[in-house]
Amino acid sequence: MHTLEPILAEHPFLKGLRPAQLQVLVGCASNVRLDAGQYVFREGEEANRFYILRAGRVALEVFVPGRGPVVIETVGEGDVLGWSWLFPPYQWHFDARALDLTRAIALDGDCLRRKCEEDHDLGYELLKRFAQVIMHRLQATRLQLLDVYGHAPAR
Amino acid sequence: MVPRPWRVLGRRQETRDTFTLELEPVGGGDMRFGPGQFNMLYVFGVGEVPISISGDPARPACLVHTVRAVGSVTAAVCRLRRGDVLGVRGPFGHGWPVAEAAGEDVVIVAGGIGLAPLRPALYHLLAAREKYGRVVLLYGARTPQDLLYAREIERWRGRFDLDVQVTVDAATGGWRGNVGVVTTLIPGARFDPPHAVALICGPEVMMRFTIRELQARGVGPARMFISMERNMQCALGFCGHCQFGPAFVCRDGPVFRFDRIQGMFGVREI
Repeated sequence: MHTLEPILAEHPFLKGLRPAQLQVLVGCASNVRLDAGQYVFREGEEANRFYILRAGRVALEVFVPGRGPVVIETVGEGDVLGWSWLFPPYQWHFDARALDLTRAIALDGDCLRRKCEEDHDLGYELLKRFAQVIMHRLQATRLQLLDVYGHAPAR
Repeated sequence: MVPRPWRVLGRRQETRDTFTLELEPVGGGDMRFGPGQFNMLYVFGVGEVPISISGDPARPACLVHTVRAVGSVTAAVCRLRRGDVLGVRGPFGHGWPVAEAAGEDVVIVAGGIGLAPLRPALYHLLAAREKYGRVVLLYGARTPQDLLYAREIERWRGRFDLDVQVTVDAATGGWRGNVGVVTTLIPGARFDPPHAVALICGPEVMMRFTIRELQARGVGPARMFISMERNMQCALGFCGHCQFGPAFVCRDGPVFRFDRIQGMFGVREI
């Protein structure tokens, strides 16, 4: 029988997890296909999933009155999408919209939080990985805020 | 060294404040140059400014410079029209190690107008494509409207032997490309780190973070080359304005192998 375990095991975000831990994740996982333009989630909705992206790209957007949707970041193959499922009040802070045909594995947040409470080793491992993603995104955001291209001298 | 007169053959607006000039030598001749070298452009009665050559090294009779108007001289260069004449001294400095990179993957990381000095290297790589492994261009700009050479990038993206990834720091609805700083493209870029050579040009802070990401991928400091920018005036290593530790950027650079300046790169006072 085909399971999602080999796919999860190969994804950069989950690489190196023990087989037993991957088995737990498989129990909370489902395959997802998103068409270009389709919303993955919308700001304010309940955040009860995160996504392991296998192919395609997703834009994180915020709607600004008078300007429309503003893309603040794009993520793609090899990335992970969504961490609001980890923290109360479990609500999405942005819109996420597929830019291309996107394939992903969705992991159920309720299910995973429960499993992590039961297995703190798994919980710690996942938190370490999410912390690294959050750190990278924070650093990238700080660079974005620097506006490094704004006033560079002429070449 | 006396400036030679070159005539403006064409002028194209790239972005709000950036223009590309094509120049031909008054009275014929040409200028052979290596990718990454620069010229001193002299607007008569205004002043002189160092500008990287952004054209094709295989076309030495047509000099191409992409200039961003940020000061009085660069603004004057950008105001030149077809038929105007300016003085050119050059080419100066050491450029990108395109010959030494033969047989390797080549990763080009450009930020903003940093694509201009890298374009000759890309022309060279594409003209001798069979000599190189994977060739990857990672290009970041402020917004979609700030992308240089947009049509050419579109053509490059259509090639099967060149991997082009473009990202912008900020975008609104119409943009369907990547959003995020250029360093975010590095983890997913397809190249073999131990056998890759990285050519990097952009604002210094962007290059600093790019180097970190490339190091995290396993690219060694002796395989990374950066183009430095300092206040170059004589372009011959005499005046000392562009001194960078024991080196002069005009004479010993502007392209440096990173391990050779690593110790100075992080020193804030230099």
